[in-house]
Amino acid sequence: MSILVDKATRLIVQGLTGREGTFHAKASQAYGTQVVGGVTPGKGGTTHEGWPIFNTVSEAVARTGANATVIFVPPPGAADAIMEAADAGVPLIVCITEGIPTLDMVKAWEFLKARHSRLIGPNCPGIISPGKCKIGIMPASIHKEGNVGIVSRSGTLTYEAVHQLTVRGVGQSTAIGIGGDPIIGTSFIDAIALFNADPETEAIIMIGEIGGSAEEAAADYIKRNVKKPVVGFIAGQTAPPGRRMGHAGAIISGGQGTAAEKINAMKAAGIQVASTPAEIGETLVKLAPSFAKA
Amino acid sequence: MKIHEYQGKAILSKYGVAVPRGRMVESVEEADSAARELFREGATAVVVKAQIHAGGRGKGGGVKIAKSPEEAVDLARKMLGMTLVTHQTGPEGKKVQRLLIEETLPIASELYLGSVLDRTNGRNVFMASAAGGVEIEEVAAKSPDAILKEHIVPGLGLQPYQARKIAFRLGLGPRYINGAVKFMMALVHAAEDTDASLVEINPFVTTTDGRLFALDAKMNFDDNALYRHPDIKALRDLSEEDPLEVEASKYQLNYIKLDGNVGCMVNGAGLAMATMDIIQYAGGMPANFLDVGGGANEEQVRHAFDILLSDKNVKAVLINIFGGILRVDTLANGVVNAARQTNIQLPIVLRLEGTNVEQGRRILKESGLNFIVAETMKDAAEKVVAAAKGGK
Repeated sequence: MSILVDKATRLIVQGLTGREGTFHAKASQAYGTQVVGGVTPGKGGTTHEGWPIFNTVSEAVARTGANATVIFVPPPGAADAIMEAADAGVPLIVCITEGIPTLDMVKAWEFLKARHSRLIGPNCPGIISPGKCKIGIMPASIHKEGNVGIVSRSGTLTYEAVHQLTVRGVGQSTAIGIGGDPIIGTSFIDAIALFNADPETEAIIMIGEIGGSAEEAAADYIKRNVKKPVVGFIAGQTAPPGRRMGHAGAIISGGQGTAAEKINAMKAAGIQVASTPAEIGETLVKLAPSFAKA
Repeated sequence: MKIHEYQGKAILSKYGVAVPRGRMVESVEEADSAARELFREGATAVVVKAQIHAGGRGKGGGVKIAKSPEEAVDLARKMLGMTLVTHQTGPEGKKVQRLLIEETLPIASELYLGSVLDRTNGRNVFMASAAGGVEIEEVAAKSPDAILKEHIVPGLGLQPYQARKIAFRLGLGPRYINGAVKFMMALVHAAEDTDASLVEINPFVTTTDGRLFALDAKMNFDDNALYRHPDIKALRDLSEEDPLEVEASKYQLNYIKLDGNVGCMVNGAGLAMATMDIIQYAGGMPANFLDVGGGANEEQVRHAFDILLSDKNVKAVLINIFGGILRVDTLANGVVNAARQTNIQLPIVLRLEGTNVEQGRRILKESGLNFIVAETMKDAAEKVVAAAKGGK
């Protein structure tokens, strides 16, 4: 099994006719994802690379039966695209766009609270359930079907963890990049709760970074609710305070959000913390030796 | 993006936030005329404030009172061009190029007001404290209950009842309440309207004659929203930033200069931070944070290389790329071209993985250049640290 996406997922792409949208729609389809159409306002009624294009998300949903959307819309229109998808009732919205103004996301987040859609991202690589469905920009080839759930704020660090597992013969149930922005739709806790409830996810890897307090909150949640083995890593142990380290959310401010605080919270929750990024895969294999044979 | 105090005050006053009368000056002559004007208008003293992008200016000697125009000129002469060191500038300090000369006020009390994003619930939070004039982080650490908070409903701004609640709880007397409510609402309106990521008025003062002022003003802006505020974008002061960081920003590269000697080039912010961490774990010190981003092209990679190498402390370079959108062969071409053009003598350790990794490795091999290829992140970190220590 997997969480959030599987072979029944029917995906539309908001911004399909753009360069990134086209490239990644093709890659998703090649992986086996059902890509059923795209939305580009003003191009409705045309086709692009064989896919039908619609002017609005609600029209696309009505005509294709889509139950998921991925957003490749540039930053000025991305929050609007999220709200349009939520208004159309799309259950799963994955927003890849990096650089959305924070106050736009504050508004979109408020909008989502009154609706039933789940947002993943923004500023994230997306979600993949190996062998079933890929929504996003992650390189498909490094993944392997299996039983480890991965949740991470960082894109390339997710790939790193996936790769370390795959070369050890350990597969993944689902890998989610939740995004590096200060306001994101799916939190660590949301993803971990889903992995915890998924019978085929047997262990969890959680990759955080400096800034905010989401990792601490997740550690507390794990301590109280999760019996499955959990491996953790926090990036930014050597980052200087007050500087935004690439991700808008990765900043130590007023002495808050340091790696040390997060690592301590994770250890206190019984999470096995990898001391370097090179040891994430190895730490999991040691913690759950049954995986080594997988 | 950060701006100066005088710029922040100019923006806030447009929204109806009261600020003291004052003028920004860049020379002793301008200071002279500004001070004379303020005294002529009735000031009994003026304050001369150094304009740099860092807090703690008062303790560092960057804020001084003058009781006459002559004294003000004297202070301006000393301050302009001086290097001001505060706990936020680092030991190298910052050169003072501008001053703000303002009227002094008959201060009755000093308080704190601020607005910032609360990540936990996805809304801006307006904060106030009766303990003004000191670092809010200290107040937060010692007595968190002393900070009053009101969350702002997106699109609605701070409501009058919220502002009243804060004003009364701050213990402001009846004569100040209406003014304080207007002041706070204007402040929140300014923050929302300009996409400010942070606004701090510390201190927010009451005067003995019943008025309210922003005695200091700190505004930071959301870089992602600057495209819709060209007037604010124009306030950027490049002389306050590290020259290499300015250069990097021209090519949409995320570069932050650090103190070590191992230069690094990585794709993705998380992996870039993790690479810094593992370099330190291997016994070295990173010279920088550099995220070339997910979709970097060959030209950006070349510029990234130039920027890395202009840091004279760099003794070895680690390139750690996990190709997703950024394909490894694109990166390899950029690195090879850059290495040829700059005739680089420093050891370069590469660790490449992901999309088109085989082509990338072949490009490096066929270049005939002397790269050190590493297999894993750990291997790469150990090799580059050894190289930086003079292993070769």
